[in-house]
Amino acid sequence: MKKSFKIEVDCANCANLVEEAAKKVEGVKDANISFMTQKMKVEFEEGADPETVMAEIIKKAKKIEPDFEIL
Amino acid sequence: MNNKQRKMLTRIIIAIVMTIALQFFELTGWLRLSLYLVVYLIIGYDILKKAWKGILNGRVFDENFLMVVATIGAFALAIYEKSGDYLEAIAVMLFYQIGEFFQSYAVGKSRKDIAALMDIRPDYANIEKDGKLEKVDPDEVEIGDIIVVKPGEKVPIDGVVVSGSSTLNTSALTGESLPKEVSKGDEVISGCLNETGLLKIRTTKDFSESTVSKILEMVEDSSTRKAKSENFISRFARVYTPAVCYGALALALLPPLFMVIFMGSPLSFSTFETWIYRALVFLVISCPCALVISIPLTFFAGIGGASREGILLKGGNILEALTKVKTVVFDKTGTLTKGVFEVNACHDGDDHDLTKEREKLLEYAAIAESVSSHPIASAIRNAFGKEIDNNRLKDIKELSGKGIIAVIDGKEIAVGNDKLMQQQGIQPCRCHLPGTIVHVSVNGNYAGHIVLGDIVKEDAQQAISELKAGEIEKTVMLTGDARKVAENIAASLGVDEIYSELLPGDKVKHIERLIKASPKDAKVAYAGDGINDAPVLGRADLGIAMGMIGSDAAIEAADIVLMDDNPRKIAKAIRISKKCMRIVWENIIMAIGIKGICLVLSIFGIVNMWLAIFADVGVMILAVLNAIRAMYVRKI
Repeated sequence: MKKSFKIEVDCANCANLVEEAAKKVEGVKDANISFMTQKMKVEFEEGADPETVMAEIIKKAKKIEPDFEIL
Repeated sequence: MNNKQRKMLTRIIIAIVMTIALQFFELTGWLRLSLYLVVYLIIGYDILKKAWKGILNGRVFDENFLMVVATIGAFALAIYEKSGDYLEAIAVMLFYQIGEFFQSYAVGKSRKDIAALMDIRPDYANIEKDGKLEKVDPDEVEIGDIIVVKPGEKVPIDGVVVSGSSTLNTSALTGESLPKEVSKGDEVISGCLNETGLLKIRTTKDFSESTVSKILEMVEDSSTRKAKSENFISRFARVYTPAVCYGALALALLPPLFMVIFMGSPLSFSTFETWIYRALVFLVISCPCALVISIPLTFFAGIGGASREGILLKGGNILEALTKVKTVVFDKTGTLTKGVFEVNACHDGDDHDLTKEREKLLEYAAIAESVSSHPIASAIRNAFGKEIDNNRLKDIKELSGKGIIAVIDGKEIAVGNDKLMQQQGIQPCRCHLPGTIVHVSVNGNYAGHIVLGDIVKEDAQQAISELKAGEIEKTVMLTGDARKVAENIAASLGVDEIYSELLPGDKVKHIERLIKASPKDAKVAYAGDGINDAPVLGRADLGIAMGMIGSDAAIEAADIVLMDDNPRKIAKAIRISKKCMRIVWENIIMAIGIKGICLVLSIFGIVNMWLAIFADVGVMILAVLNAIRAMYVRKI
């Protein structure tokens, strides 16, 4: 399952780092962040619960970029 | 400007005013330090906070950390030297923030500009309810609903006109202003601007499946597919930042230690002082922001600019691959030719041009074909050009793959190909002209044949020559059509190689062979109209679907979608990609070059803090301005 989120991320490098980190979260098959369109696409593994996975992604992202936000 | 930017701008202005004001007072000691610290905190508190959080989270080496170390270091040196020269630290932070502000403003602005270029999303659809028009969200309209589009409005959802007639402007979709006349029964696609009359449209798709949604989705997704050079930069930044931090540390410690041990310098702070200062300068110069921001910005601007020209690219990786295309393969029908037939000649049984009987031959054929929707039938009807009286037509029989047998004015007329003639016991004439041949017989006697040809697009020849002018080594045409027809067209267009009489599966084999035969970094692009050739589009290094109207499979399979069916757009797409990649490399070379030179100079103490901050912020601003240039592709 794929989902697209509108996000707020302030610097291009942080966007790259958050993308890296999100890819490593359990239950995430693939993740992509576009700094320019301020969008994140997450593809979840079969059977993963999107809400818990997203919570984990946000936690990881905030560590990298405190201003990271999902709108 | 958003809220964050406004707040930042206020902080910058306050800091500048306060810094200038401080220059007029002869302050010394603690008062001087604390006032400068206040300015420092106003301009840099968020950087301090981010750097601190970074350290807590185990992410030490980022730009915030660089800036904090450099500025606090500058403060510490000034305190130690009792020089009271805190201006440097303030300036570094101030210019860094001005640079960040500019970058965020420029990125936001181009984001908006590009979004405006692609402003085809309809906000509402009009639905008639109890005789009144009501505006509803396009998402709520169901398939089969009737929507009303007034002049000046965009068509929100794909559908068929049920009443009214108007002129539609497709420029928002195709980049070219070609007015299209529509009336009852015509299909219309969403995103077109209704110019003249009121249209009632029965929707044939959901909003989410409509052309407009498909295009927007494709453009928005495109920036998540990253080019190799984008990934290269993020990998580069990951290695680079820690490397320069250790480099700065080494610069601060190793030379003075060397002097203490081998040259007898005293082990005191004064030995270290100059080197610490140089290390701080080194840190300020090294900030990688210019590269990190300008490259995704260039790709985004390029993809946005291209989409305004009716060229949809599925990602930065596609843009990059386009510059390496050396072979372009074309499908014939619908790509180089219009896919519309035209009568070229009418011959008698001896293959001579018909004169008097031409009209009669066309008339019989036109009446016999009057109920057929095949492109050949409509070409014959067009050539006949007169009203057809259906009452003369009786007892019509369609033989699939052969033709039509009908009774017209009491005579038995057979209209069809060689096989139909042979079935009728007639030996068909072998025509000397290339093209599709339709034979006509009357009461079992051969009456003559009609030669039809597919019309070559006006721009096809120029498309080929533009490709050749732009470093394309080979152009190839694939077609299922007869050899004679294919050779004729290829010769008139200047195509290098042709393969004719192919079955759909053969096209994939030819693409595979061409990919195998070309060097590894030379890409093979295939352009087709997306009808029956989705597998070929998918197999080629770069699949280009033309005139996307109504073919979802083609959009899925292709890497590039040309909104109109003009083959010249292929050469244009290549030129756009080259411009973008040139800008990307300009920025990489400029940023790394200037920074590299300054870094080396800073080791020898030639660059001071002021120059360092200009090297950093200046390069970033230049790189961003250069990147935005990628958006302007109209004239290339």
